[in-house]
Amino acid sequence: MSGLTPGFADPVPAAQACFRALLEAMARPGRVHRLAGLPEAPAPLAPAAAAMLLTLADAETPLWTDAGPVAEEWLRFHAGCPLVAEPGAASFLLAACGMPELAALEAGTEEEPHRSATLVLQVAGLERGAGWRLTGPGIETEHLLEVEGLPRGFLAAWAANGARFPRGVDLVLCTGDRLAALPRTTRIEEAG
Amino acid sequence: MGVLARADAEAITARLAEAPALPRHARLRGPETGLVMARGRQGGDGAPFNLGEMTVTRCSVRLADGLVGHAYVAGRDTRQAELAAVLDAALQDPSRRPALLSAVIEPLAAAQAARATREAAKAAATRVEFFTMATMR
Repeated sequence: MSGLTPGFADPVPAAQACFRALLEAMARPGRVHRLAGLPEAPAPLAPAAAAMLLTLADAETPLWTDAGPVAEEWLRFHAGCPLVAEPGAASFLLAACGMPELAALEAGTEEEPHRSATLVLQVAGLERGAGWRLTGPGIETEHLLEVEGLPRGFLAAWAANGARFPRGVDLVLCTGDRLAALPRTTRIEEAG
Repeated sequence: MGVLARADAEAITARLAEAPALPRHARLRGPETGLVMARGRQGGDGAPFNLGEMTVTRCSVRLADGLVGHAYVAGRDTRQAELAAVLDAALQDPSRRPALLSAVIEPLAAAQAARATREAAKAAATRVEFFTMATMR
């Protein structure tokens, strides 16, 4: 017996559409994108987060996740990625029940900053709203984003992550079928 | 599994017509065609080398009762891969296994063995005995 469920119904076009959505999200930090054609992911994976990993992870990208054995089996079957126990050893991280220390993750090197990790973080709520004021590359003046369910001290950890530029970790926030990206260059202030 | 991998889709479908109906299934992955690198070892125990790539079709399915079956077959026959995966899952169920074994697997295995014997007999007719040739001179 097994709890395996199908991945993308049509893997190639669906993964390409997700990749396009992620490019748009990274180019316009904080803007919320809605994905279509999502896989039936096992709990506690959010469909958008599961789709991101099916799109990005493969046999050459170690993955760290805290989503439990059913989700791990699903990801190993569909993405074929190795799973690691140490967050610092992973290229992609999927945090469904908390958040690993940003400072402990792979941040790349000064010569090769693209070797850093990408953290896919599931949050309770994500919409355009008055929580944060985002500025930085890809945002003309400022962008407002309301995120629920982040741990206390996130803003300080994010500021420290940005201060390491060009090194640092990129973040993808997911809830349900929506996602928003925060590349390492985005600065966040509390709005209001 | 080897019997199903060597049988073609028509042969499996023909045998299935006489077997109890298979439960409904959902496709977990595929059927999809790709390449795998076939590796060999010289003399069976030498250093491994890449012999070449071969076309393989794979499929994974889940039956309504939760059993998961996988199949990898040589070639591009997606229907064969899917049928083999469904049978792989159904054969794991002890209540279905005896009926499927006697209706599908054993006749297929017997037909394949008969074909292999026939081909071996045809090949044996043209066999050259090098030892005999040496003594005839």
